[in-house]
Amino acid sequence: MARTAVSRRLTWRVARLAETREETATARTLVFDVPGWPGHLAGQHVDVRLTAEDGYTTQRSYSLAAPADGDRVELTIQSVPGGEVSPYLTEVLSPGDPVEIRGPVGGWFVWRPADPAPVLLVAGGSGIVPLMAMVRAHRRAQARTPIRLVYSVRTPADRYYAEELRRSHPGLDVTHLYTREAPGGEARKPGRLTIVDLNAHGWPPDFGPDCFVCGPTGFVEKAAGILVNLGHAAHKIKTERFGPSGG
Amino acid sequence: MTGDYEDGNALAGPLSEIFTVDLTAATVRCVHCGMAGPVATLRVYTRAPGLVARCPGCEEIVLRLVRTPDDAWLDLRGTVSLRIPVDTR
Repeated sequence: MARTAVSRRLTWRVARLAETREETATARTLVFDVPGWPGHLAGQHVDVRLTAEDGYTTQRSYSLAAPADGDRVELTIQSVPGGEVSPYLTEVLSPGDPVEIRGPVGGWFVWRPADPAPVLLVAGGSGIVPLMAMVRAHRRAQARTPIRLVYSVRTPADRYYAEELRRSHPGLDVTHLYTREAPGGEARKPGRLTIVDLNAHGWPPDFGPDCFVCGPTGFVEKAAGILVNLGHAAHKIKTERFGPSGG
Repeated sequence: MTGDYEDGNALAGPLSEIFTVDLTAATVRCVHCGMAGPVATLRVYTRAPGLVARCPGCEEIVLRLVRTPDDAWLDLRGTVSLRIPVDTR
């Protein structure tokens, strides 16, 4: 951080929806224009606040899905049935409509392209979002560190960013694990993440990789426990859980 | 106490209303068991009046943050210390 930078507390900014992309039947990427956006690091998140006509407000936290790109901010949001915020954002909000955004926040679950260690990303379901920001930051920076992504989803139709991850880029290895239904020709039987998966598709602990795990609480605890059992140092494992406040 | 919690990453936004540095990367030491680790790894319960952050080692309360319309109340009685990385470049 530059010495001359003026420290300031975060304030809410008006963001306008610029465009959307469908990721799955229930998840959508929203691209916002946020004039004066200060930039962010891969892995950081934002708070989104909605205000009703009667003044009622509610807010949620969402991970940024792509590295900083001027005033553009991308979020991928899973619509939670009956939720207060996510169905509105994914189904009602139209290009030009405003929301308020505060951020970026979080300085721990972040990856910088200059970080020298190999990277292991372990995603469960919509936990892919902040890890995708890291994948995209790696590609944009043409980083030389090798990066492996292990992405656990229920079925092939539940994969976010399917086309983009199929194309891959130099230095990136992607492994999909299916828990309910696998595509034809897949040797691994559908099932939850096991030590065998992370032993085969992660990095040996000797390589000293930086490990990032994101997903629902149960998934994160399982994955982090496996990494510790494989011999990875606890301080090299960074986790982010999706809690119960979603929707 | 099991299940139904988020982690300390969820404190980043609410704490940014009060502090200009990111406290989720700070190392917090628990009064009850002495364990130290990143604020980001605390277990945060949001179904309470405010946010209740518990130690991942002993499950005791490390910090509480309650926001009223005009004030933010930060209760740190479960915290021995916060070691905050200071960028001196």
